[in-house]
Amino acid sequence: MTSQTIQRRSSWSPTERREYLKGLVFISPWLIGFAAFVLYPIIASLYYSFTYYDLLRPPRFIGLENYREILFQDQFAGKVLYNTVYYVLLAVPLGTIVAFLLASLLNTRLVGRSFFRAIFFVPSIVPVVSSAMVWLWIFNTQYGVIDSTLASLGLPVIPFLSSPEWAKPSFIIIHCWSSGGAMLIFLASLRDVPMSLYDAAKVDGAASWARFRHITIPMCTPAILFSVLTGIIGAFQYFAFAWILTRGGPNGATEFYSVYLYRNAFSFLKMGYAAALAWILFLIVMAVTMAVFRSSARWVYYGGSTD
Amino acid sequence: MTTHKIATDTIPVLAARGTTRRRWLNSARLWAGCGWVARHVLAVALGMLFALPLVWALLTSLKTNAQVYVVPPKWIPDPVVWSNYPEALTRVPFLRYMFNTVKVTIPSVIGAVLSNTIVAYGFARIRWRHRNIFFIVCISTMMIPYQVIMVPLFITFKKLGWLNTYLPLIVPAFFASPYFIFLLRQFFMTIPAELSDAARVDGCSEWMILTRIIVPLSVPALAVVALFEFMGTWGDYLGALLYLGREELYTVAIGLSRYQAGGWSQANWSYLMAASVTSIAPILLLFFVAQRTFIEGITLTGLKG
Repeated sequence: MTSQTIQRRSSWSPTERREYLKGLVFISPWLIGFAAFVLYPIIASLYYSFTYYDLLRPPRFIGLENYREILFQDQFAGKVLYNTVYYVLLAVPLGTIVAFLLASLLNTRLVGRSFFRAIFFVPSIVPVVSSAMVWLWIFNTQYGVIDSTLASLGLPVIPFLSSPEWAKPSFIIIHCWSSGGAMLIFLASLRDVPMSLYDAAKVDGAASWARFRHITIPMCTPAILFSVLTGIIGAFQYFAFAWILTRGGPNGATEFYSVYLYRNAFSFLKMGYAAALAWILFLIVMAVTMAVFRSSARWVYYGGSTD
Repeated sequence: MTTHKIATDTIPVLAARGTTRRRWLNSARLWAGCGWVARHVLAVALGMLFALPLVWALLTSLKTNAQVYVVPPKWIPDPVVWSNYPEALTRVPFLRYMFNTVKVTIPSVIGAVLSNTIVAYGFARIRWRHRNIFFIVCISTMMIPYQVIMVPLFITFKKLGWLNTYLPLIVPAFFASPYFIFLLRQFFMTIPAELSDAARVDGCSEWMILTRIIVPLSVPALAVVALFEFMGTWGDYLGALLYLGREELYTVAIGLSRYQAGGWSQANWSYLMAASVTSIAPILLLFFVAQRTFIEGITLTGLKG
């Protein structure tokens, strides 16, 4: 980043003015898109959240009624929030751990490394719907690979998507299966850890687990933070799999926040209610992201590697 | 051509290729204690586990119905029913869906590459006051849950009469997106400022610098943008679900769900798997052709981010 000559706020050299204009012109596609597809919708949704709007009649102002209903009267909303938090608390850590362990395995001398890397990565680029269909078949209680094998061995069958207890864990399994993207980021991060640290540790007699715990993990904390943050933001918006595989069932066990929101907006046509739900989600995600970010000062170590 | 040579010498990413191999090959960490055999056994076991779902889908797609609905599961189809594919892909107009998806994807990719390059240039290669503030605003929009803008956006598109067209899916791509802006900006910033300055001294306009210097040097990064935009659009479910009501417009994502007629238990699984495999195939192909681009793309954002 180049340093700019310190100038009083009010004086603009012709060059500065010209550069400013150029800058704005170049970012104008984003600026216009931001105004139209982000800023306007955000303000509009805030407005809608204070109305009753079913698309048939114009929005009717009802003040904080939507929020009051969500927070104090809607019992389903509580369950929905529980489902979502359950998913976030399990899927994000497990997904990160799986990705990290896979990356560290790939970081060793392996015959056919790129082959394994491809196998672990490909699940993350499979289109969501296709992936959903495949897993729907795998989780099939009668003829899916897993249950069919269990049944033939005389073992109890696992009702993956048809029981409230197993439905959310099934989604978490799918999530861990497709954590190849994070794995690649960790792989790159692992490769950036300076060799000298390991050499020094070996000289001091550190065992491999100790080296992993005290060198590898700490040096990768920036990547871990990135993965956790994006994971949390994504997990709170989890929609496609739940909608395709279980439609929020069984018995509301997989009615995640986004599913409930979608249902309110497009099934019940309660646009105002959905908007209020969206804003509450926004605030929750903001709060959690801030909290994680704040805490990161204590456990993230920057200034590793090559910069 | 000398510009390119100077660039390769001074840009670390381009120069470092081929030197990293030695570094990590010597440094097995957590798994070092496990021994060569154990590591490979683990790798093979995990590999089989991760490959199972897709392999199983492929196998199922080639079975007769009798061999699909069988306990315990029959692994190798015998006979191999290749005809499942043409049957599955015509029972529902799947090829039309794929063509529709292409109709959405290609313009989106073009739009994404064009707009993000221009915007990232503005954020990376021009020094202007308040640039950072705008950039921070840009990046922070990534944290906004899609659900917040989903409802008003739908209403807006409805009022514009864009429902049941591809416009809501294509047009936003032409207005740049924070993820790609960030990625390209990071990349543009690794190009030495001297190149731009020298060109400016020679009287080049910013546009000329962008098109004649920056873009040719950034082809790998642009390839990443194109690839990821393609992937995102090809597999987009929610967008298609929201805006495409008429059956003739369906994309692959929605079309795939048409294979279930009257509930899941009546779905013809081998057909569904055949269609699923067909929908995955282009992505897989792309991956094997452009593996390096994929991997660079993901690490470019995740690392210095």
